[in-house]
Amino acid sequence: MKISRRTALSLTGAAGASLVAAPFVRPSYAQARAVRVGLLLPFSGTFAQPGEAIANGFMLYYNQNKAAFGGRDLQFVRLDDESLPPKAAENTNKLVLGEKVDVLVGTVHSGVALAMSKIAREAGLLTIIPNAGANDITGGLCAPNIFRSSFDNGQPGFATGVAMLKAGIKEAMTFSWRYAAGAESNSGFKSSFVKGGGKIIKEISIPFPDVQFQSSLTEIASIKPPAVYSFFAGGGAAKYINDWAGAKLNQSIQLWGPGFLTDGLEKAVGANGNGIKTALHYVDDIDTPTNKNFRAAYQAAYKQAADVFAVQGYDAAQMLATGLAAANGDVANRKRMFEAIKGATYTSPRGNFKLSVGNNPVQDFYLRELTGGVNVNRGLAAAAVGDSTQDCKAR
Amino acid sequence: MELALLQLFNGVQYGLLIFLAASGLTLVFGILGVINLAHGSFYMLGAYSALTLTSMLGDVFLAVVVGIPLAFAFGLIIEWLFIRHLYNRDHLQQVLLTFALILIFNELQRVIWGSREHSIPAPEYLRASIKLTETLSYPVYRLALTGICIALSVAMMLVIQKTRIGQLIRAGESNREMVELLGFDSGILYRFVFAAGVALAAAAGMLGAPIESVYPGIGERILIISFVIVVVGGIGSIRGAFLGAILIGVADAFAKVYFPAFASFAIYAMMAAVLLLRPAGLFGRS
Repeated sequence: MKISRRTALSLTGAAGASLVAAPFVRPSYAQARAVRVGLLLPFSGTFAQPGEAIANGFMLYYNQNKAAFGGRDLQFVRLDDESLPPKAAENTNKLVLGEKVDVLVGTVHSGVALAMSKIAREAGLLTIIPNAGANDITGGLCAPNIFRSSFDNGQPGFATGVAMLKAGIKEAMTFSWRYAAGAESNSGFKSSFVKGGGKIIKEISIPFPDVQFQSSLTEIASIKPPAVYSFFAGGGAAKYINDWAGAKLNQSIQLWGPGFLTDGLEKAVGANGNGIKTALHYVDDIDTPTNKNFRAAYQAAYKQAADVFAVQGYDAAQMLATGLAAANGDVANRKRMFEAIKGATYTSPRGNFKLSVGNNPVQDFYLRELTGGVNVNRGLAAAAVGDSTQDCKAR
Repeated sequence: MELALLQLFNGVQYGLLIFLAASGLTLVFGILGVINLAHGSFYMLGAYSALTLTSMLGDVFLAVVVGIPLAFAFGLIIEWLFIRHLYNRDHLQQVLLTFALILIFNELQRVIWGSREHSIPAPEYLRASIKLTETLSYPVYRLALTGICIALSVAMMLVIQKTRIGQLIRAGESNREMVELLGFDSGILYRFVFAAGVALAAAAGMLGAPIESVYPGIGERILIISFVIVVVGGIGSIRGAFLGAILIGVADAFAKVYFPAFASFAIYAMMAAVLLLRPAGLFGRS
């Protein structure tokens, strides 16, 4: 059969249109319309794993507590943000204007989250950020309708600095990716470490997302600091830890960092990661019923272990439930929802937390030591860590 | 001084690895005239198949030995399915098709291997380290890898300079039509060259896997740097790619330590400088 160019074009067009339309087909409404929740998350690419875990955590809370959302059902619209900042505005508008969602939940990548929250601030709808850590979102650019269930980039660094001082470390080097998140992480670290009497010997960095660490490792070896604070994440962090061990720096220099340095990579780095200490607002073995039940339910539902991203998704759902319950399910009563979310104390798998002036969690950080492929809880690194900036003028 | 020597070594070592990846690209670009954006994907697929093959066979070198013929065969199939339709089309269409291949291969990777990060262990007998300074050691695998890269580079240049196939490849590079007029089926030559390019990229991915780790997106990184090397070395020139890769590896290593603020564009500055002096690249024909 010969297909003319015109037929081929129209076929492709039709196929394309149905592909695009498929996720947006609206089911008929029940009497009380369901609350429409837009999930703007990375479902493909480098951050697909955290995106999936956040969505899973969110669904887990919803499925366990369906009656807690002010008597309303939730209806989900998932959109893959691909972790691409240039497409962030378009994607956000697709949900806010096109899909007319009542609530926006997203995302992992800070660049995408910044663009998303700019639109959300104008639109005024309830927005919950389940990961992206850019300090500004709950700092200088804070807004009454924008909440975060995760952390700001400076917090884990701050907690790591406190823990390093506690461990008797007086001098350290920093080595991180040179980009916004790395800089915020480093300055969080310095704000506690230097203030507490620690000395930074030298700060080095490589461009994001370069992963050729060897020349920097050579430099670190020539300086021989007692400890190094590093911010890397994902595949880059896995390679960094393997290179670090390959150069045998793990025998003479302590490696510290925010939890993302080792989170999710425990299996990938194996014994090479032994002894790396990180601070994070979550560690698997927190000994509370909330955490144990959460982990067991997550394992049963998704056949995999819960991680910090799943916790952040779970708590994002908890925030939404708190707001909807206070407003008796009336999403139009924004004032009531926002006040309730801001004022609540959350019982989270990570421990209890409240929100700051900028709507960011004020939370405990745990010291974790990677040992035999597991991040082991070494107790509290720093208690009730608040915002990294004081730039949010409460409104 | 000692630091500078170590950095020189780091640079040469990195350069050799990226040469392996870039050599395939320069062959395909120079001889077939095809801009192959999917070249990085073949590197990525190589790294991921090393992951699977190593867990099956227990040794990354066995994985490479089994993997290279597989990659070559895969290259033959891809050429037959897609690439051969591109020879007489313009660069835009080549870019579109090979970009589509990137998307397909990335999705394939996600479906087969998932989004998690992985490491591949170096073989047991190469797991030791050599002490270079008081605090710094060098993994033996890295040294072995350097040796393997040098051996492969020499072998490649011998094939191209001394064998009949190499003669054909060189002839094809300088004058396609003449080769055809002399009675050689350029279709077969092209298929062979493309498959060799895929095998080289995959080999670099497999050999590098134990030190590079394996995770989504590794292919894109290699693609950009490979193009830089091809342009610096002169399109189609293996010798040029070799020199270009070493230059870029060394520039990268030194810039990171001595001019950190300059590091992200050091290699591009280098490319600009080479192109100013020799617009066709180091060994390119203008």
